[in-house]
Amino acid sequence: MRARVYWPVTIAAALLVGLLAYGLTTTGTDTTLDDAMARGERVAPPQESPLPRLGGDGTGSLADYKGKVVLVNVWASWCEPCRDELPLIEKAHKMLSAEGGTVLGIDVKENTDAAMKAVGEFGLTFPNLRDRDGSFVRKWGQTGYPENYVIDRDGRVAAVRRFPVTQKWLDKTLPPLLDEKD
Amino acid sequence: MARALLAALLAVALLAAPAAAATPQASLPDIEDEVMCLECGTALNVSNSDVADQERDFIAGLVAQGMTKQQIKDRLVAEYGPRVLAEPEDDGFQLTAWLVPILAALAAVALVVLVARRWRRRGRGGPPDAAPGGPGLDPDDARRLDAELAAFDR
Repeated sequence: MRARVYWPVTIAAALLVGLLAYGLTTTGTDTTLDDAMARGERVAPPQESPLPRLGGDGTGSLADYKGKVVLVNVWASWCEPCRDELPLIEKAHKMLSAEGGTVLGIDVKENTDAAMKAVGEFGLTFPNLRDRDGSFVRKWGQTGYPENYVIDRDGRVAAVRRFPVTQKWLDKTLPPLLDEKD
Repeated sequence: MARALLAALLAVALLAAPAAAATPQASLPDIEDEVMCLECGTALNVSNSDVADQERDFIAGLVAQGMTKQQIKDRLVAEYGPRVLAEPEDDGFQLTAWLVPILAALAAVALVVLVARRWRRRGRGGPPDAAPGGPGLDPDDARRLDAELAAFDR
Protein backbone atom coordinates (compact mmCIF):
# COMPACT_ATOMS: atom_id res chain seq x y z
CA MET A 1 0.00 0.00 0.00
CA ARG A 2 2.75 2.42 1.01
CA ALA A 3 4.74 1.75 -2.19
CA ARG A 4 1.62 2.33 -4.31
CA VAL A 5 0.99 5.75 -2.72
CA TYR A 6 4.64 6.86 -2.56
CA TRP A 7 5.20 7.66 -6.25
CA PRO A 8 1.92 9.48 -6.98
CA VAL A 9 2.38 11.63 -3.87
CA THR A 10 6.03 12.33 -4.74
CA ILE A 11 5.18 13.26 -8.33
CA ALA A 12 2.29 15.49 -7.21
CA ALA A 13 4.54 17.27 -4.70
CA ALA A 14 7.26 17.74 -7.35
CA LEU A 15 4.70 19.18 -9.77
CA LEU A 16 3.45 21.65 -7.16
CA VAL A 17 6.99 22.79 -6.34
CA GLY A 18 7.74 23.14 -10.08
CA LEU A 19 4.55 25.15 -10.55
CA LEU A 20 5.49 27.47 -7.70
CA ALA A 21 9.01 27.95 -9.09
CA TYR A 22 7.64 28.66 -12.58
CA GLY A 23 5.18 31.19 -11.20
CA LEU A 24 7.87 32.97 -9.20
CA THR A 25 10.34 33.14 -12.08
CA THR A 26 7.81 34.37 -14.65
CA THR A 27 6.17 37.07 -12.55
CA GLY A 28 9.29 38.84 -11.29
CA THR A 29 10.61 42.10 -12.77
CA ASP A 30 12.85 41.64 -15.81
CA THR A 31 16.16 43.46 -15.24
CA THR A 32 17.77 42.57 -18.60
CA LEU A 33 17.70 46.17 -19.86
CA ASP A 34 18.92 47.69 -16.59
CA ASP A 35 21.78 45.19 -16.40
CA ALA A 36 22.81 46.01 -19.98
CA MET A 37 22.65 49.76 -19.32
CA ALA A 38 24.75 49.31 -16.17
CA ARG A 39 27.39 47.56 -18.33
CA GLY A 40 27.19 50.38 -20.86
CA GLU A 41 25.88 48.05 -23.55
CA ARG A 42 23.15 48.57 -26.12
CA VAL A 43 20.80 45.63 -26.54
CA ALA A 44 17.92 44.63 -28.78
CA PRO A 45 14.54 45.50 -27.29
CA PRO A 46 12.28 42.68 -26.05
CA GLN A 47 10.40 40.85 -28.79
CA GLU A 48 6.86 42.20 -28.88
CA SER A 49 3.69 41.70 -30.83
CA PRO A 50 2.31 44.80 -32.59
CA LEU A 51 0.00 46.98 -30.49
CA PRO A 52 -3.22 48.76 -31.49
CA ARG A 53 -2.74 52.38 -32.59
CA LEU A 54 -4.33 55.00 -30.35
CA GLY A 55 -6.76 57.11 -32.37
CA GLY A 56 -6.24 55.10 -35.53
CA ASP A 57 -6.82 51.79 -37.21
CA GLY A 58 -4.57 48.78 -37.24
CA THR A 59 -1.48 48.08 -35.25
CA GLY A 60 2.03 49.43 -34.96
CA SER A 61 5.36 48.50 -33.43
CA LEU A 62 8.89 49.77 -32.91
CA ALA A 63 9.87 48.05 -36.13
CA ASP A 64 7.91 50.73 -38.03
CA TYR A 65 10.54 53.30 -36.98
CA LYS A 66 13.70 51.41 -37.88
CA GLY A 67 16.53 53.76 -38.80
CA LYS A 68 15.19 56.52 -36.55
CA VAL A 69 16.10 57.59 -33.06
CA VAL A 70 12.96 56.82 -31.03
CA LEU A 71 12.09 58.04 -27.57
CA VAL A 72 9.59 55.50 -26.24
CA ASN A 73 7.46 57.22 -23.61
CA VAL A 74 5.32 55.08 -21.28
CA TRP A 75 2.41 57.12 -20.03
CA ALA A 76 -1.21 57.13 -18.89
CA SER A 77 -3.54 60.05 -18.23
CA TRP A 78 -4.41 58.68 -14.75
CA CYS A 79 -0.72 59.02 -13.79
CA GLU A 80 0.01 62.50 -12.45
CA PRO A 81 3.81 62.42 -13.02
CA CYS A 82 3.10 61.34 -16.62
CA ARG A 83 0.82 64.33 -17.10
CA ASP A 84 3.52 66.60 -15.68
CA GLU A 85 6.03 65.11 -18.10
CA LEU A 86 3.93 65.15 -21.29
CA PRO A 87 4.67 68.79 -22.30
CA LEU A 88 8.39 67.99 -22.15
CA ILE A 89 7.88 64.84 -24.20
CA GLU A 90 5.90 66.75 -26.84
CA LYS A 91 8.72 69.30 -27.00
CA ALA A 92 11.23 66.46 -27.42
CA HIS A 93 9.12 65.05 -30.24
CA LYS A 94 9.22 68.35 -32.10
CA MET A 95 13.01 68.42 -31.76
CA LEU A 96 13.37 64.75 -32.74
CA SER A 97 11.05 64.90 -35.74
CA ALA A 98 13.08 67.82 -37.14
CA GLU A 99 16.12 65.53 -37.01
CA GLY A 100 14.52 62.40 -38.42
CA GLY A 101 13.54 60.92 -35.07
CA THR A 102 10.28 60.53 -33.17
CA VAL A 103 8.62 59.97 -29.85
CA LEU A 104 6.52 56.81 -29.69
CA GLY A 105 4.01 56.95 -26.87
CA ILE A 106 2.87 53.75 -25.15
CA ASP A 107 -0.41 54.48 -23.42
CA VAL A 108 -0.89 51.92 -20.67
CA LYS A 109 -3.98 50.49 -18.96
CA GLU A 110 -6.60 52.99 -19.96
CA ASN A 111 -9.55 53.20 -22.26
CA THR A 112 -9.37 54.94 -25.61
CA ASP A 113 -11.64 57.85 -24.69
CA ALA A 114 -9.60 58.78 -21.62
CA ALA A 115 -6.35 58.53 -23.57
CA MET A 116 -7.67 60.57 -26.51
CA LYS A 117 -8.91 63.22 -24.09
CA ALA A 118 -5.34 63.58 -22.80
CA VAL A 119 -3.97 63.68 -26.36
CA GLY A 120 -6.25 66.64 -27.04
CA GLU A 121 -5.61 68.29 -23.70
CA PHE A 122 -1.81 68.25 -24.12
CA GLY A 123 -1.84 68.70 -27.90
CA LEU A 124 0.24 65.57 -28.45
CA THR A 125 1.37 65.14 -32.03
CA PHE A 126 3.50 62.01 -31.66
CA PRO A 127 2.17 58.55 -32.54
CA ASN A 128 0.81 56.42 -29.71
CA LEU A 129 0.23 52.70 -29.28
CA ARG A 130 -2.08 51.14 -26.71
CA ASP A 131 -0.68 48.65 -24.18
CA ARG A 132 -4.14 47.70 -22.92
CA ASP A 133 -3.13 45.56 -19.94
CA GLY A 134 0.51 46.48 -19.41
CA SER A 135 1.91 43.24 -20.84
CA PHE A 136 4.11 45.16 -23.34
CA VAL A 137 5.90 47.31 -20.77
CA ARG A 138 6.25 44.41 -18.36
CA LYS A 139 8.70 42.81 -20.80
CA TRP A 140 10.75 46.01 -20.69
CA GLY A 141 11.14 45.56 -16.94
CA GLN A 142 8.80 48.43 -16.17
CA THR A 143 8.69 49.43 -12.50
CA GLY A 144 6.50 52.54 -12.57
CA TYR A 145 5.10 55.52 -14.49
CA PRO A 146 6.30 57.28 -16.50
CA GLU A 147 9.23 55.47 -18.07
CA ASN A 148 11.30 56.30 -21.13
CA TYR A 149 13.51 54.17 -23.38
CA VAL A 150 15.69 55.55 -26.15
CA ILE A 151 16.23 53.45 -29.28
CA ASP A 152 19.16 54.17 -31.57
CA ARG A 153 19.12 54.10 -35.39
CA ASP A 154 20.06 50.40 -35.34
CA GLY A 155 16.98 49.57 -33.30
CA ARG A 156 18.89 48.90 -30.06
CA VAL A 157 18.00 50.21 -26.61
CA ALA A 158 20.57 52.91 -25.85
CA ALA A 159 19.12 54.46 -22.67
CA VAL A 160 16.51 53.69 -20.04
CA ARG A 161 14.91 56.19 -17.66
CA ARG A 162 12.69 54.59 -15.01
CA PHE A 163 11.23 57.89 -13.79
CA PRO A 164 10.31 61.23 -15.36
CA VAL A 165 12.80 62.75 -17.77
CA THR A 166 14.30 66.19 -17.38
CA GLN A 167 15.30 68.59 -20.14
CA LYS A 168 18.90 68.11 -19.01
CA TRP A 169 18.67 64.33 -19.46
CA LEU A 170 17.06 64.72 -22.89
CA ASP A 171 19.75 67.18 -23.99
CA LYS A 172 22.46 64.83 -22.83
CA THR A 173 20.94 61.63 -24.26
CA LEU A 174 19.28 62.43 -27.60
CA PRO A 175 21.72 64.63 -29.60
CA PRO A 176 24.63 62.13 -29.54
CA LEU A 177 22.31 59.43 -30.87
CA LEU A 178 20.95 61.73 -33.58
CA ASP A 179 24.53 62.45 -34.60
CA GLU A 180 25.17 58.75 -35.20
CA LYS A 181 24.47 58.55 -38.92
CA ASP A 182 24.10 55.29 -40.80
CA MET B 1 -59.98 26.29 -10.40
CA ALA B 2 -57.12 25.48 -12.76
CA ARG B 3 -58.29 28.17 -15.18
CA ALA B 4 -58.40 30.74 -12.40
CA LEU B 5 -54.90 29.80 -11.31
CA LEU B 6 -53.62 30.06 -14.89
CA ALA B 7 -55.26 33.46 -15.30
CA ALA B 8 -53.70 34.67 -12.05
CA LEU B 9 -50.24 33.47 -13.14
CA LEU B 10 -50.67 35.17 -16.53
CA ALA B 11 -51.70 38.41 -14.82
CA VAL B 12 -48.65 38.29 -12.55
CA ALA B 13 -46.39 37.63 -15.56
CA LEU B 14 -47.90 40.52 -17.49
CA LEU B 15 -47.50 42.86 -14.55
CA ALA B 16 -43.94 41.70 -13.88
CA ALA B 17 -42.73 42.17 -17.46
CA PRO B 18 -42.87 45.99 -17.55
CA ALA B 19 -41.37 46.09 -14.06
CA ALA B 20 -38.47 43.94 -15.23
CA ALA B 21 -38.01 46.08 -18.31
CA ALA B 22 -37.83 49.19 -16.14
CA THR B 23 -35.12 47.61 -13.94
CA PRO B 24 -31.61 48.89 -14.78
CA GLN B 25 -29.73 46.38 -16.95
CA ALA B 26 -26.54 46.65 -14.98
CA SER B 27 -25.08 48.58 -12.10
CA LEU B 28 -21.58 49.55 -11.03
CA PRO B 29 -21.68 47.61 -7.71
CA ASP B 30 -22.89 44.52 -9.56
CA ILE B 31 -19.93 44.63 -11.99
CA GLU B 32 -17.16 45.96 -9.75
CA ASP B 33 -16.49 42.65 -8.02
CA GLU B 34 -16.06 40.86 -11.35
CA VAL B 35 -13.52 43.31 -12.73
CA MET B 36 -9.87 43.79 -11.83
CA CYS B 37 -8.02 46.99 -11.17
CA LEU B 38 -5.25 46.39 -13.71
CA GLU B 39 -2.59 48.30 -11.80
CA CYS B 40 -3.42 47.11 -8.28
CA GLY B 41 -4.05 43.44 -9.10
CA THR B 42 -7.16 43.44 -6.88
CA ALA B 43 -10.88 43.43 -7.61
CA LEU B 44 -12.20 46.85 -8.52
CA ASN B 45 -14.62 46.98 -5.57
CA VAL B 46 -11.70 46.89 -3.12
CA SER B 47 -9.31 49.04 -5.16
CA ASN B 48 -8.60 52.65 -4.45
CA SER B 49 -6.24 54.04 -7.05
CA ASP B 50 -6.31 56.43 -10.00
CA VAL B 51 -6.51 53.49 -12.44
CA ALA B 52 -9.42 52.00 -10.50
CA ASP B 53 -11.21 55.35 -10.48
CA GLN B 54 -10.81 55.63 -14.25
CA GLU B 55 -12.11 52.08 -14.77
CA ARG B 56 -15.10 52.85 -12.53
CA ASP B 57 -15.83 56.03 -14.52
CA PHE B 58 -15.68 54.01 -17.73
CA ILE B 59 -18.11 51.38 -16.38
CA ALA B 60 -20.45 54.06 -15.00
CA GLY B 61 -20.55 55.65 -18.47
CA LEU B 62 -21.50 52.34 -20.08
CA VAL B 63 -24.14 51.70 -17.39
CA ALA B 64 -25.59 55.15 -18.13
CA GLN B 65 -25.82 54.17 -21.81
CA GLY B 66 -28.12 51.30 -20.75
CA MET B 67 -25.77 48.47 -21.62
CA THR B 68 -26.25 45.02 -20.14
CA LYS B 69 -23.71 43.49 -17.80
CA GLN B 70 -22.37 41.23 -20.55
CA GLN B 71 -22.12 44.09 -23.04
CA ILE B 72 -20.15 46.10 -20.47
CA LYS B 73 -17.81 43.20 -19.80
CA ASP B 74 -17.25 42.77 -23.55
CA ARG B 75 -16.40 46.47 -23.87
CA LEU B 76 -14.02 46.22 -20.92
CA VAL B 77 -12.21 43.31 -22.56
CA ALA B 78 -12.05 45.21 -25.87
CA GLU B 79 -10.54 48.25 -24.13
CA TYR B 80 -8.33 46.65 -21.49
CA GLY B 81 -7.81 43.06 -22.65
CA PRO B 82 -9.04 39.82 -21.06
CA ARG B 83 -7.03 40.36 -17.85
CA VAL B 84 -9.49 43.02 -16.79
CA LEU B 85 -11.99 40.31 -15.86
CA ALA B 86 -11.60 38.79 -12.42
CA GLU B 87 -11.31 35.27 -13.69
CA PRO B 88 -8.17 33.52 -14.87
CA GLU B 89 -7.55 33.09 -18.58
CA ASP B 90 -7.80 29.61 -20.04
CA ASP B 91 -4.39 29.48 -21.65
CA GLY B 92 -0.73 29.68 -20.68
CA PHE B 93 0.26 29.76 -17.03
CA GLN B 94 -3.19 31.11 -16.09
CA LEU B 95 -4.61 27.73 -17.09
CA THR B 96 -3.13 26.28 -13.89
CA ALA B 97 -5.62 28.36 -11.89
CA TRP B 98 -8.37 26.23 -13.44
CA LEU B 99 -6.52 22.92 -13.48
CA VAL B 100 -4.95 22.83 -10.02
CA PRO B 101 -8.26 22.91 -8.06
CA ILE B 102 -9.69 20.20 -10.33
CA LEU B 103 -6.59 18.02 -9.95
CA ALA B 104 -6.56 18.64 -6.19
CA ALA B 105 -10.21 17.58 -5.96
CA LEU B 106 -9.50 14.41 -7.98
CA ALA B 107 -6.50 13.64 -5.76
CA ALA B 108 -8.67 14.12 -2.64
CA VAL B 109 -11.33 11.75 -4.03
CA ALA B 110 -8.65 9.18 -4.92
CA LEU B 111 -7.23 9.44 -1.40
CA VAL B 112 -10.66 8.95 0.20
CA VAL B 113 -11.30 5.89 -2.02
CA LEU B 114 -7.89 4.42 -1.15
CA VAL B 115 -8.36 4.94 2.59
CA ALA B 116 -11.93 3.55 2.49
CA ARG B 117 -10.76 0.43 0.64
CA ARG B 118 -7.97 -0.04 3.16
CA TRP B 119 -10.38 0.19 6.09
CA ARG B 120 -12.77 -2.27 4.46
CA ARG B 121 -9.95 -4.78 3.85
CA ARG B 122 -8.79 -4.45 7.47
CA GLY B 123 -12.35 -4.97 8.67
CA ARG B 124 -12.69 -8.24 6.73
CA GLY B 125 -9.32 -9.66 7.87
CA GLY B 126 -9.79 -8.74 11.57
CA PRO B 127 -10.79 -11.08 14.48
CA PRO B 128 -14.46 -12.24 14.65
CA ASP B 129 -16.74 -10.50 17.07
CA ALA B 130 -16.60 -11.88 20.64
CA ALA B 131 -19.50 -14.03 21.91
CA PRO B 132 -21.98 -12.23 24.17
CA GLY B 133 -20.80 -14.18 27.22
CA GLY B 134 -17.14 -13.68 26.49
CA PRO B 135 -14.69 -16.26 25.14
CA GLY B 136 -15.06 -19.84 26.34
CA LEU B 137 -12.55 -21.37 28.80
CA ASP B 138 -10.16 -24.04 27.65
CA PRO B 139 -10.66 -27.47 29.41
CA ASP B 140 -7.69 -27.06 31.79
CA ASP B 141 -8.90 -23.67 32.99
CA ALA B 142 -12.43 -25.04 33.33
CA ARG B 143 -11.19 -27.87 35.50
CA ARG B 144 -9.17 -25.50 37.68
CA LEU B 145 -12.13 -23.17 38.01
CA ASP B 146 -14.41 -26.05 39.07
CA ALA B 147 -11.81 -27.17 41.63
CA GLU B 148 -11.49 -23.66 43.05
CA LEU B 149 -15.26 -23.22 43.28
CA ALA B 150 -15.63 -26.66 45.00
CA ALA B 151 -12.92 -25.68 47.50
CA PHE B 152 -14.69 -22.38 48.13
CA ASP B 153 -18.01 -24.17 48.79
CA ARG B 154 -16.39 -26.38 51.42
